[in-house]
Parts: sequence; structure tokens; C-alpha cells
Amino acid sequence: MASGVKPRVKVPKKATAGDVITIKTLISHKMESGQRKDGDGNLVPRSIINRFTADFNGQNVIDVLIEPAVSTNPFFEFEAVVPEAGEFQFAWYDDDGTVYETGKKIAIG
Amino acid sequence: MELTRRQTLTIGSGTFAFAALAGLPAFASLTDDAVAAMTNGAELIDGGIDITAPEIAENGNTVPIAVSAPGAVEIALFASGNPTPAVATFKFGPLSGSRSGSTRIRLAKTQDVVAIAKMEDGTFRQASATVKVTIGGCGG
Amino acid sequence: MMMTKTVLAAACLGVFALTVHAEEGAKLIIDGEELTIRASAPAHAENIDEVSSGWIYRSKETQSLQLDDFDNPAFVFVDQAIDEWDKVDGSEGKACSSCHESVEDFAGLRTTLPRVDDGKLVSLENLVNECRTERMGAEPWKWSKGKMTSMTALIGVQSRGMPVNVAIDGDAAPFWDKGKELYYTRVGQLDMACSNCHEDNYDTMIRADHLSQGQINGFPTYRLKNAKLNSSHARFKGCMSNIRAEPYKEGGPEFQALELYLASRGQGLSVETPSVRN
Repeated sequence: MASGVKPRVKVPKKATAGDVITIKTLISHKMESGQRKDGDGNLVPRSIINRFTADFNGQNVIDVLIEPAVSTNPFFEFEAVVPEAGEFQFAWYDDDGTVYETGKKIAIG
Repeated sequence: MELTRRQTLTIGSGTFAFAALAGLPAFASLTDDAVAAMTNGAELIDGGIDITAPEIAENGNTVPIAVSAPGAVEIALFASGNPTPAVATFKFGPLSGSRSGSTRIRLAKTQDVVAIAKMEDGTFRQASATVKVTIGGCGG
Repeated sequence: MMMTKTVLAAACLGVFALTVHAEEGAKLIIDGEELTIRASAPAHAENIDEVSSGWIYRSKETQSLQLDDFDNPAFVFVDQAIDEWDKVDGSEGKACSSCHESVEDFAGLRTTLPRVDDGKLVSLENLVNECRTERMGAEPWKWSKGKMTSMTALIGVQSRGMPVNVAIDGDAAPFWDKGKELYYTRVGQLDMACSNCHEDNYDTMIRADHLSQGQINGFPTYRLKNAKLNSSHARFKGCMSNIRAEPYKEGGPEFQALELYLASRGQGLSVETPSVRN
């Protein structure tokens, strides 16, 4: 597990059923491209977040395949439909097999 | 060796032109290959897809890019001037609120960023934007 | 030799090539609060009329990253520091939170630093490390490493929006004088002083880069270039390397004096910590 990895997500606390809301996500990750060389001229091995998913109550919102060209501390912004109250689940998949997960509840009102 | 400014500039632009001639076709074909892998060689239709990118990026390390294609099932981004062109693919699920997404990407140099959308009817749409990547005066 | 001169001349001519900054009059408003990004220059900055935030000189895309704390990538590090705040470290079994009830109590601190304590000029980094070594029995953090810059960002952001207001008289005067002297002293193979770029030529292009006044009210700052928080001393080091000078030591007396002098040139600007720059 890469050190200091921390997800942040921004989801409104409340919505009206059927609303389209904007979600922003960011995770601290160095996104080592695998193309850099260290001080001794050796290739620094690739270590990135290769996939990001957002789901709501078990249904998918977005599924992103990520290549090393995505910047350090990868950021994604997208829109979701909120049909009912529930919870968003976010997952970031690290090359090393670790999955970083976080959730955010949203109320209808 | 003494060079006038004009000579220096001539040498400079000559080198640049050579680099452009040598470099572009290779990178373009890498992107073409990556796009073909996605489309299976289907025709690419212009329009119906928008890409938003800065005209000039202050640093190629973090360039904000937004794409939008109503009716798309997925949108893939390619950076034609990067050593490997693939950047990211957004696949939209049933609860997607719009067929759009934004991210921040790395661009190795001034180049075209290409977006390809796979539409619900199986057709493909394309858009591209040129981003000038500047080199800071302070080694930035 | 001639060639070097020619190349430099060409580089200078390139100065006017591109303008990437956002439109005049753009406002820096974060969470509904407008920050002061232009102010009348203090009397002791006698060669300029107005002081201006480095934010003004960035492109609109870079500027927009600072308008929302979620868009601002620096806040992943602020979040890490919030976790660190409660983490016990060192022989005394203490965390920051063992002594300090809330980090919000530090509102205002960043505006007054560096300052003189018992005859010594101290920066925020010194205060953090004093707590770590004296009260926590923990190892000091390196001046510009991630844990330190995250913590100085967390403490600094508590003062965001407040005007920079460092003391330059009394005990501080000799340090300020030294900082001013450094600011105007030409060094390195390019034989340049801070003032050559940041006083004589701010708001012009140095190749593709829009020169700012070199204000430090936004430090530590998240740079797109290296995608992390950068201390002001690390930035000074970068400037010195660029003019091919031997940089002074981070946390050393020269950079601390320069930090005080530069802070004083930004009197009246809002603290912007953690800012976003290119």
C-alpha cells in the first residue's frame, strides 16, 4: 500500500429525487508513470491508480480506466442521478492491488 | 564560434522543424492505433462531442480537461504527443447524470488532445483540442 | 562566450511571446470571502507603488484551482495534517492535540511570522519543531518535507484572509536589514538579485512564464510543477539554482532573514495559504 493515500469526495448532503448532482473526487497518489528514471538511471517502476468507480445503492454511475497520463493526485468530476436516498460508494484501484474505498450518504428532501 | 541572433534562430527553428517532421507521424500513428483498437476501424464522425482544454497550459504536469458527449456510453481521451497516448476512459453507468467528465492530465509537450466517444447506437464521434505546453522561464 | 550571450539574448526576446494570465480585475473569492490581492505598497517597499498576489499572474485555469477548497489539491495535504494533529509521536506520548485544543486557535499566527522570539528569528517551521523536540520528545521534521509542509499549511490556512502583518522594527530590525540586503544583492553565474525579476520586471514574461512580485503570502504553495506543497525556503532555493547561484540552506539565517523581508513586502495582502501556482 502506497503511503499517505487519502481520498476526498464532495457530494451534496441533500437532493430532490431525480436530481442530477455534481460529484468531485480527489485522491492523494503519486501516480508514478513508470517512465521516470531515478538518480542512478534506473527506471522507477510504475505505480498508479488504474481504475476509479462510483456507484449509488449498488448501481454504477461511472467507471474510469486510468493510464499513467493522469496527473498526480488524480481528480475526477462527473454528474450522477439521485433517484432515492442512499449512499454513494467510491473505489480507487491501486496497481499494487490495494483498493481505497469511501462512502457518502445523501438524503432526499 | 560566433553566431548572430538570426543565425541562432535559424538553427533553432530548423532543428524544431526536423523534430516535428521526425516526431509527428510516429506519435500520430500511435494514437491512430489506440483509437483503432477502440473503434475496430469504424468511421469517426465529427461533432456531437465537446472537449474543453486550456489553449495554453502553464505546466504540462496538471492540465484540466473536460469532455462531454450526450448519448455516449463511453468517452476515451488520448494525448497524441505523449510517449503512450492513452489517458483515461470514462464509462457511464445507469445512474450517470450526464455523459461528461473532467480530470487533470499530463502532457509531455504541445500537442492535440483527442476525445473519442462510443455512442449508444454503436457509432463513434471525435473531437480534439490543441494545448500549448509552455516551459517556464525559471526552469518551470 | 559569444554564443552564450546570443542564446541569452534570444531567450530575452522570447519574453514577449505569450500572455497567458487571466483578465484584469479577476477576484480571488474563496467560500464567499474575498481575499486582498492588491494593496498599497508599505512605505518600506520604496520602489513599488502596489503589492500584488502571485495569483494575479497565473492563467485562469491555475487561478480557478484556488477558488474552491475541493478543487485545490493542497487540501489533500491539509487533510493529512488534520490526521497528524491527533497522532501521538515521541517519548512523551503526546500529539499536537494533547496541548492545543484546536488548530483553529492558531488563527492569526501565520500573519505575524517570521518573528523574533528571545532574540532569535523564528518561522512557523521552527515553532512546529520546537513543539516536537521540546514537548513531544519527537524527531524534528525536515524543513520542506511533506509532514512539515502539510502541518504549516494546516496552521497557515487558519489565518487565510487575514492581512500579512510582520514586525520589522525593534528586535526584528537587524534581521529585516539583512533580508533586504540579500534581496538586492546580485549572486550566481547569471549575476542576478531577487529584485531584478520580482521588482524591476514583474508583470512581464520571462520566456513563457509570467513574472510575479515573488510574494510569499500564499506559502506553503501547491505547485503544478511538482504536484506537492512547497515551502517558501524551497522556492528561494529554486530561484537561486535558476540563476546558477549556490543556494543557502533551508531554515538557515539567510533564508529566514529573506523570508522576513519578503513577508514585509506583502504587508496588507491576505494570507492565501495554501495557494496554487504553476
